[in-house]
Amino acid sequence: MITLERRPEPSRMWQALTPVLAVVLTMIAGGLLFALLGKDPFEAIRTIFWDPLFNPQFASYSRPQLLVKAAPLILIAIGLSLGFRAGIWNIGAEGQYIVGAICGAAVGLAFYPTEAIYIFPLMVLAGAIGGTLWAMIPAVLKIRFGTNEILVSLMLVYVAEQLLASMALGALRNPDGGGFPGSRNLQQYPSAANPELIAGTGAHWGVVAAFIAVIAAYVLLNKHLLGYQIKLTGQAPRAARFAGVRPNVLIALCLGISGGLAGLAGLFEVSGPAGQISIDFNSFYGFTAIIVAFLGRLHPIGILLAGLLMALTYIGGELAQFMLGIPSAAIQAFQGMLLFFLLGVDVLSNFRIRIKPKQVA
Amino acid sequence: MDLSSINPLILLASLMVASTPILLAAIGELVVEKSGVLNLGVEGMMIVGAVTGFIAAVNLDSPTLGFIAAALGGALLSLLFGFLTQVLLSNQVATGLALTLFGLGIAALMGQNYVGIRAPATSDVPLGPLADIPVLGPVLFQHDAMIYISIGIVAAVWYVLTRTRAGLILRAVGESHDAAHALGYKVVRIRLMAIAFGGACAGLGGAYLSLVRVPQWTEGMTAGAGWIALAIVVFASWKPWRALLGAYLFGGITVLQLNLQAAGLKIPVEYLSMSPYLITILVLVIMSRDRTRAALNAPAALGKPFHASS
Amino acid sequence: MGDPWGNHDWTCDLSVLLTVDGLSKAYPGVIANDDVSFSIERGEVHALLGENGAGKSTLVKMIYGLVRPDSGAMTLSGAPFAPPEPRAARAAGVAMVFQHFSLFEALNVAENIALGMENPPPLRDLARRITEVSEAYGLPLDPARLVGHLSAGERQRVEIIRCLLQDPKLLIMDEPTSVLTPQEVDILFATLRKLKAEGTAILYISHKLEEIRALCDSATILRRGKVVATCDPRKKTARELAEMMVGKVLQQTKASGADLGDVALEVRGLSLPPATQFGTPLRDVSFEVRQGEVLGIGGVAGNGQDELLAALSGERGTREGVFLNGQPISKLGPTARRRVGILSGPEERLGHAAAPDMSLTENALLTGHVRENLARNGFLDWRKTRAFAERVVNEFDVRTPGVSSVARALSGGNLQKFVIGREVLQNPDVLIVNQPTWGVDAAAAAAIRQALLDLAGQGSAVVVISQDLDELMEISDRFAALNGGRLSEAVPAAGLTLDQIGLMLGGAHDMEPA
Repeated sequence: MITLERRPEPSRMWQALTPVLAVVLTMIAGGLLFALLGKDPFEAIRTIFWDPLFNPQFASYSRPQLLVKAAPLILIAIGLSLGFRAGIWNIGAEGQYIVGAICGAAVGLAFYPTEAIYIFPLMVLAGAIGGTLWAMIPAVLKIRFGTNEILVSLMLVYVAEQLLASMALGALRNPDGGGFPGSRNLQQYPSAANPELIAGTGAHWGVVAAFIAVIAAYVLLNKHLLGYQIKLTGQAPRAARFAGVRPNVLIALCLGISGGLAGLAGLFEVSGPAGQISIDFNSFYGFTAIIVAFLGRLHPIGILLAGLLMALTYIGGELAQFMLGIPSAAIQAFQGMLLFFLLGVDVLSNFRIRIKPKQVA
Repeated sequence: MDLSSINPLILLASLMVASTPILLAAIGELVVEKSGVLNLGVEGMMIVGAVTGFIAAVNLDSPTLGFIAAALGGALLSLLFGFLTQVLLSNQVATGLALTLFGLGIAALMGQNYVGIRAPATSDVPLGPLADIPVLGPVLFQHDAMIYISIGIVAAVWYVLTRTRAGLILRAVGESHDAAHALGYKVVRIRLMAIAFGGACAGLGGAYLSLVRVPQWTEGMTAGAGWIALAIVVFASWKPWRALLGAYLFGGITVLQLNLQAAGLKIPVEYLSMSPYLITILVLVIMSRDRTRAALNAPAALGKPFHASS
Repeated sequence: MGDPWGNHDWTCDLSVLLTVDGLSKAYPGVIANDDVSFSIERGEVHALLGENGAGKSTLVKMIYGLVRPDSGAMTLSGAPFAPPEPRAARAAGVAMVFQHFSLFEALNVAENIALGMENPPPLRDLARRITEVSEAYGLPLDPARLVGHLSAGERQRVEIIRCLLQDPKLLIMDEPTSVLTPQEVDILFATLRKLKAEGTAILYISHKLEEIRALCDSATILRRGKVVATCDPRKKTARELAEMMVGKVLQQTKASGADLGDVALEVRGLSLPPATQFGTPLRDVSFEVRQGEVLGIGGVAGNGQDELLAALSGERGTREGVFLNGQPISKLGPTARRRVGILSGPEERLGHAAAPDMSLTENALLTGHVRENLARNGFLDWRKTRAFAERVVNEFDVRTPGVSSVARALSGGNLQKFVIGREVLQNPDVLIVNQPTWGVDAAAAAAIRQALLDLAGQGSAVVVISQDLDELMEISDRFAALNGGRLSEAVPAAGLTLDQIGLMLGGAHDMEPA
């Protein structure tokens, strides 16, 4: 009989090892999945995890993509991780990402065709504010009425998607676009563009912001009283109240910060890689970032690594789709599986598994 | 705008069709939550139910077998959640989210060869003369069997929860798993059964979307229905008949805004499409304003992990 | 011995109900029970005596089928008895009243009782039987009331009646009097004696010596998981029993005898609505404590203790009525109150006073950062925090591998010493503690009481909220009783009799069915 025995202290070794173990298990299960689809599992895994980085044929295109895809994931996941640590569940980052992009793009387009140095900083500000305000809706409702933030933030994703459609078709539609939906391309408007900063790296301002966010979160969580209060609230809410933490302030802060970072991610995306507001501008980053946050164990450095890994599965997934005909949905299932395995093997850090011979009663 | 094009009778009849997927998912989740487990993976279980039901129905050319397959598919997926949260003691919120993300992916994968196919038709239940009653007949008595089954499930859940020993035990487990364990009840086993029931109901709800409401398979077709079902459980204060009321109210709003879109109301389509979600938020706010009343029926152990240390 | 087969075998003795033979149970890092043997006769009240952590609870859980022994055997009425689950134990005639009640607050009395029975009759019939049995044993109870609305004493009645409805041969009672007023204890004892007269055996678990001497026919004494003695408690003095239980002579705490100074904390007309659905509101609470004084606040569980602590620590907002050294502090939150000198220690160690999965260093920061200057502009000084945690560990003899151990890895007594030490070392003007020695071994409890007295000796005002009347009588200068959220007038503790205290606590007022 297998029993679980609570460890007196969580095992640090397993806390570090479980994400790696989860990745290995996901590769095995994913390989089986690909085999079921009639693909060679080894080739599929190699195409997803190895070729984008090291295959000379693809690496020159794929490698810069790594940072492009990882930046929004990391930026959003860092914000989410603060709330998740405090037991505040913002799962509507996708909506905040959209609204941030809409606000930022709207500010940029309002200045069109003026060229000025202050336009891009204003857009960044607008993106952050847009995301923050969108996240403040669940925050205020939770503080004022005790409404469940999970459901509200999620509902607002669907609202934001409709808002995006309305903007792409209406207010922000390119007047010179011949009636096609979608805004002007910000890439072609230098004052509002978020270009590649160093050629061939994929690094744009969003990548810079992501790195700053990682460092800031690290300092906050390890060196600052507020970070301590966030952790305390998540682990022992009553103790946090006893320690003088004001739960409402924390709710507003955590949701506000995560919304602001998601909004920033949206702004950098719309002014950079995506270029324009379009109906299908959002790309599930807000949800994938949830996986990134957990895979990184809600730790800033972990999130950095997890973001890069998840970006790799995106790029490798595209490659696998192109080379082997593996459907993109398989990659989504693959990512979901990763989170499952991670949550499952997590048991090892808090419990010891004992195998006892079954007693004869 | 031509409001006269909206036929109130058709509106009422289609209300039941629009409500049923959410009702099924909500009543299942209600049972799960009454046992003290918060499964946020309803959306994932619904969409997996939608695709398995569709595949089975198309291949076996039988909607009935489709619904059975959907219930099995939803239950199977929910047991994955059950194993992780009840046996491996993972965080319920995170695992529920994972279930949704995984479900969306796996469903898209399973359904990729089924896009654009029409589902085999589901016939109405022959209720004979009842169906011919003017007004009431078309509204209430010209529907497929699943609508009546869903109402039957609500009634059964109500009966079991309030009138039977099994229901009492389920509520006790959701109220305090430690006390239930001390009395010798198998907390984990009872919760796993509740989770599987919730999964089966969500699967049926999903299949109702793909087999009756739409009726075909498209990626991401649940479009938040699972999350709305979760909100309806809160709206219902964990009472089965109020879940029915909530689902039908919500279905009514959905149908009404669709009709308004068709009638060419001067509000842009996107804003009408937002309305169900905004109204859900509004309802959640109203329900949570009075905290003590909602708390009276909320299972006290909801979402708390249970580990029998002794 | 009238043993026809001539071998010494308890199981053949018809008067013996339960035998426990060599039961052992080990958990990681601790042997809870080590080769425990004893027997109980029919109609006997048998005491299981031992201090916290001696292994009493594990032993009865094995008898009740909640825990499987690693080795050893039991017999019941001469037949082998190894219940795999409580259901089997109940079917064999063993019933148990838990220390922490196994009740469901949101369900009514009848539903709660039905859940503890194997084949309960329909609820309507059950309600009638509950009324019958409760009247027969003098334990009035309304079957339709929600358990969440009952007092602790009434809840215990629910558990007892649940047991009685099954006609048990053996009734196990785990620390039953800890939630009762002295008058309620008398009523309970009358019920138990009646049961005994009817032939029911009772296994009575307690660490209260006088009770055991008053009620029990025989006693098995456990220390660190082992049986150290079996005796007739009526023939031993309380002191002899205590020495057998603890294993050494305990130092008596000694009062500091400090002179009382000015009024440090004054509470005037404090009212507070309940925090939760089944909570207790505070109603017009007034008292004052002087510098150097220990005020004991007694009361049965659930009469507003948690609410009073929350109102004084600042966790629950108060609009008016709290003054420190004459200054109003009602509107201050927990951090601001600490800054002005009012500190507190809540009852629940894990999850309230300390975060279970955080290290002792992090837990030192929890309340210490204001007065110990552990943060500058919000940036934490971990070195200083660690030093503070180490100071608490050293000065209060907290047994731990180090300050990086997480709180839940410590034993109850050691964690409580850490929690109290953390507050005492911050030199508070006023310290309020709730249940400071609850579930703590005797040595740690004595050390904590001494620390509180020493603090008062240095001129601080100390408020001790406790359900342990012996403790309050030992350390308080004045005593007040909390009952239904109301606080009685504080009276000098010296010379109070148990009866007087009982009446202050509300006597047995809830004996009338509501």
